[in-house]
Amino acid sequence: MGIRNLILVIYTVECAQFVAHEIGRGEQDVHVLGFPGCYDNAYAIRLMLAMGRHPNVGAVLAVGLGCEYTQPERIAEAIRASGRPADAFFIQDAGGTQKSIQRGKESIQSLKAQADKVARRAPMVAKDLVIGCECGGSDGTSGLAGNPVVGRYFDRLVEAGGTAVFEETVEQIGLRNILVERGANTQASAELAAAYDKAESYCRSVRQWSASPGNFAGGLTTIEEKSLGAFAKSGTQPIQGVIKVAQEPPHAGLWLMDSVPDPHFMQFGYTNPNDSEGIMDLISAGCHIVLFVTGRGSVIGSPVAPLIKITGNAETFRRMEDDMDFDASPVLTGEQSLEACADALHQRVVEVASGSPSKPEAMGHREYFIPYKHQSIPSLQAGCHA
Amino acid sequence: MKLMESCSARAFVVSSSDNVATLLQDVEAGVEIHLIGEVGAARHVVARESISASHKVALVRIPPGEPILKYGSRIGHATRQIAAGEWVHLHNCASDVDERSNTLDVRSGAPQDTRGAYE
Repeated sequence: MGIRNLILVIYTVECAQFVAHEIGRGEQDVHVLGFPGCYDNAYAIRLMLAMGRHPNVGAVLAVGLGCEYTQPERIAEAIRASGRPADAFFIQDAGGTQKSIQRGKESIQSLKAQADKVARRAPMVAKDLVIGCECGGSDGTSGLAGNPVVGRYFDRLVEAGGTAVFEETVEQIGLRNILVERGANTQASAELAAAYDKAESYCRSVRQWSASPGNFAGGLTTIEEKSLGAFAKSGTQPIQGVIKVAQEPPHAGLWLMDSVPDPHFMQFGYTNPNDSEGIMDLISAGCHIVLFVTGRGSVIGSPVAPLIKITGNAETFRRMEDDMDFDASPVLTGEQSLEACADALHQRVVEVASGSPSKPEAMGHREYFIPYKHQSIPSLQAGCHA
Repeated sequence: MKLMESCSARAFVVSSSDNVATLLQDVEAGVEIHLIGEVGAARHVVARESISASHKVALVRIPPGEPILKYGSRIGHATRQIAAGEWVHLHNCASDVDERSNTLDVRSGAPQDTRGAYE
């Protein structure tokens, strides 16, 4: 069950990017994403398929140029196998830019009609929801107000039988013991320890720790400090285990997503390249909504699942109110209890889940980022069948 | 937001064992900062310099090499002696793992080691 009924246009190489976006331009409930590389990548294909089969998506159009390795028709076949209508074509076959845009627009009209025919309104409760959380542009308030409020909300969501997913293992530096203690069972603790060790050694090997100039200017001094604040978004519930990108949580509860590359003959570069990448990863796990905590302020959104922007910095909320959905700063000043603030956040989530657009969603923000990456498949399969 | 009223300057202490607190407003040197949250022995600390909101102030004297504690956990170590009331940041506190952060500009966080790439 989803909270939106979108048509997703997926392009399979950078050369098809312009045409894909032109197909979606001016269309209601049509989102666009794609992969820039001509050479294919299993990780990116799995991620795009997870987006196409997301509960918020009703149909998919795959568009390629015609030369690239990634095959639009295979994407459409995989989407059809999930019971959704899908179409695919190559721009070279359609006869170039204008004819492809025309062909694509006709296709999405037909897909919309088919998707609407099978769509049914159904009641949803907390236990049907999968909610993700990511933080970006963090400052000294993020770990004291924004993330703790999400943590308290996650505690409640999990108590109500729902599913919560948090990520950024590269922002859990120094927290190995705390992570292991939070495991729901021995297996979960072992998975958490392995994910931590991989993240720390990856950061060491690429010499990149996930902290940006804005974080430092905002009062965060070390990756360890940022990590303790980032981890506050996980709340206090036991962690059921670790999932990888494009993998749905096997059952309800709180889950940690590992988006760090696995060892491979290609070293795919930096982890956590930007906020949009992490948000895409959370959505690929089936998150209906992603909560985004920012102290400094951010103006991104996301395709497929709405992004709800939360700040614990009163000044940022005032300065960027058009972009911010939720002000968690009253928790810091003592004007509001954590409990009351988590209540208010719950209300906002319910509104957005019921169809009211979040601020970035209403403004048309649909940023996405799909890099080349390698994550090992055995773990993915083990998780799916667990 | 500049607060001239010393009584309204506040800083948040996450855990009673912490030796730093996070400022909720910008403060000037000489301003008495009222501590809130999980306050330990000290209830107030006087700012020795101007410090921006969301940045940290030392609650006690911290000798070089000693841990900086926030959330009741070690977030790094002092790289020189830090007096109570001093701003704690990249110039006097270092991560135990990240070697690049202490080369960044202390106010803006902008990198200094890749300047050559812009030339």
